[in-house]
Amino acid sequence: MTGFVLRRALATVPLLLGIVVVSFFFMRLAPGGPFDADRALDPQVRANLEARYGLDRPLVEQLGVYVGGLLEGDLGPSFKYVGWSVQEIIAQGAPVSLTLGAGALLIALLVGIPLGVIAALYHNRWADHLATSIALVGVCVPNFVLGPVLVLVFVFGLGWLPVGGWGSPEQVILPAVTLGAVRAAYIGRLARAGMLDVLQQDFVRTARAKGLSERVVVARHALRIAIVPVVQYLGPAIASILVGSVVVERIFDLPGLGSFFINAALNRDYTLAMGSVLLYSTLLIGLNLLVDVLARAFDPRTETS
Amino acid sequence: MSIPAPPEPSATTMPSMHRILVPILALLAAVGCSADERPADFRFLNTEPETIDPGRVGGQAGGRIVANLFEGLTVRVPPSLAPGPGIATDWWTSDDGLTWTFRLRSSTWSDGTPLTARDFVWSWRRVLDPRTASKSAQLLFPVRGARKFNAGVSDDLGLFAPDDTTLVVELETPTPYLADLAAAPPLAPSPRHVVEKVGETWTRPEWIVSNGPYVLDDWRLQDRMRLQRNPRYWNVEAIALDVVEAVAGDFANANFNRYESGLIDWVDSGGVPPALVDALKRRPDWHSGPFLATYFLRCNVERPPLDDERVRRALSYALDAEAITTHVTRAGQVPARGLVPPGVPGHDGIDAPLFDVERAHSLLAAAGYPGGEGFPSLTLLFNTSEWHRQIAEVLQQQWREHLGIEIELLNQEWKVFTTTVRARDYDLARGSWIGDVLDAQNFLEIFTTGNGNNRTGWSSARYDALIASASRTRDPERRAALLRECERMVVLDDAIILPVYVYSVTNLYDDTQWAGLEPDLLNSLDLRRVRPVRTGVSR
Repeated sequence: MTGFVLRRALATVPLLLGIVVVSFFFMRLAPGGPFDADRALDPQVRANLEARYGLDRPLVEQLGVYVGGLLEGDLGPSFKYVGWSVQEIIAQGAPVSLTLGAGALLIALLVGIPLGVIAALYHNRWADHLATSIALVGVCVPNFVLGPVLVLVFVFGLGWLPVGGWGSPEQVILPAVTLGAVRAAYIGRLARAGMLDVLQQDFVRTARAKGLSERVVVARHALRIAIVPVVQYLGPAIASILVGSVVVERIFDLPGLGSFFINAALNRDYTLAMGSVLLYSTLLIGLNLLVDVLARAFDPRTETS
Repeated sequence: MSIPAPPEPSATTMPSMHRILVPILALLAAVGCSADERPADFRFLNTEPETIDPGRVGGQAGGRIVANLFEGLTVRVPPSLAPGPGIATDWWTSDDGLTWTFRLRSSTWSDGTPLTARDFVWSWRRVLDPRTASKSAQLLFPVRGARKFNAGVSDDLGLFAPDDTTLVVELETPTPYLADLAAAPPLAPSPRHVVEKVGETWTRPEWIVSNGPYVLDDWRLQDRMRLQRNPRYWNVEAIALDVVEAVAGDFANANFNRYESGLIDWVDSGGVPPALVDALKRRPDWHSGPFLATYFLRCNVERPPLDDERVRRALSYALDAEAITTHVTRAGQVPARGLVPPGVPGHDGIDAPLFDVERAHSLLAAAGYPGGEGFPSLTLLFNTSEWHRQIAEVLQQQWREHLGIEIELLNQEWKVFTTTVRARDYDLARGSWIGDVLDAQNFLEIFTTGNGNNRTGWSSARYDALIASASRTRDPERRAALLRECERMVVLDDAIILPVYVYSVTNLYDDTQWAGLEPDLLNSLDLRRVRPVRTGVSR
């Protein structure tokens, strides 16, 4: 297991370096620069700005300076937000995005798994049909529709929750539900399929034959194997939560990384855009690795296969 | 047949789940741990400013914060926004208009350090210093020696502080709007003693020292800034609100939701979803007025058939701006009758004749395209936005209907768009100008030869001479006449731009609760004036 983790971790280094180089040149290929705006700057003022940010140097040298900074843990200064370094901006936004993502994941798991298990246990009965229908609706409704509908019901209708912003736990609920709903539905379907499959297996029959109660059979023996597909799905789920949070952060006006990420690309804030790309790539690669490790831990059979 | 052994239920089975959940729950709990602070007295919508350093500020979001944290020599006084005393109590000019003298009141920074005329000299030099790389350096170019100083080739600058309370400014050309310019956020003073000690990050709450009605108490990026009344402000007795928050938000629907649920007290157009304009403008909390900005189309005069001024004028006369303001923009915009918006002091608008299809027809026929026959295909370029698209589609249809010509539409992402227009790789392009100061010349001088904002390829020695004599003349009436002639040239005679509409301010706030928020031409938000209507109202 340790060897596996090490090998995978080492493989990420060239991968991240490749991402840095490719995204650096992609950013520079896009027309327009950080200081192009509707109104023209005086040529001298523009030259002063470019000199200050090193944009007057050859591209390869700029890349060298950037990578050199990275090795020292410095993501560079933001081009747009004067006096803020990219790591400071990320440090302010990341806790928000990560909390939102974690909340969404929690909701997805806490809703999805029971939904799937119940559906499987009452296979082809009304509880199954109800759970499957809920899951179907959850998969079909996109978050930019669900978010405003939730706001309409819980903020302007019932008045139970704040409409947006950040700072209190209540403010996490609606965005996290919005972001987690699709994943909950998908997890529900995976858990149902997994459970249906496992319940047919010989070891479950053995457990039942031993005279264990149905509750113990399901909770202790079947569930552990049945949620392996769910655990394997967590990698793509986390990826889509990270991407989806960009939309949800806008719907609820959250000060997360999403808005910085989008604006950085539009503003040609080279360093901030690169920093965001690096962060998201690292997260995705790291979490996928974690998920693979988890899947092995949950189902000993994966290790041998 | 071998039966696989059931996995042994062990202590590690289900608790694995807990290993995932516990950190997640801990993280969620951490969110709720922000310190309890008293709610703000007043909250307004802003976007995240690029900077709040007066020496480098540019743009509305930063300008709004700087104008309330700092105070320049003058402040703009509503409703006319004419400059009134700020840190300067009075000012006068020499006979040739080239030397201005400001007398300063005795005042201090928020840390108690005295504020003197030397602070202004240092701050303005800092704006012009090439190492500062301020985007607003251009504003000070009227100062003698400023251009060379900004290029780093000379140290000679016409700024002097003969004593603590006197500031002398020497100019290249008479700049009649200098007192107005002195109220612009980039010309507010920066605290030398802090900037030199702290460096780049001096605007953070833990370091910042300011001289205006407020000090910065807290700053969460893309979230909110918290401003606290500055007890050392020279006129602190006049400041009604103790704690004010500037809430950052980019998304109109979300901003509007927060306004509706009472989490924001004042929003500008950034909190007005375009789809709701019709419903909102009937409400008592809707407050609109003209904004110092014009929406127009640039013509690339180097490309046929737009190199013929008759074609440009035909397009202009066949443009029914009223249809656009009534059916598309709908939020109080008015058809533009020139380049300079109405309400600029001392400017007598040209009142360009609007929509006139017959005239458009004869001009187009005279140019060799009777009834639009043989008219080559033209492209109208705009930056990606639902708003601009709708306007472009209406224009396309109007010209098809009124002139029998076909215009193609092309949209480009913002930065691509600005690059394309600057390279003059377009036929017709959407444009706009937001005034920096309340002066007509600020709008008109962009079409002088070689001005970076011209971008039409048009160049007229006569126009350049008119602008130059307008900047030299000290007679306000003569100056107004010269600028009026310039406006006639760009809009009517040469028609290098086709004016569409004058922008409007569209703000939402409850005027039974708040006073001092009446919209003005610059859509400034001056907290010096804002106060609750009923005394003793506090949250």
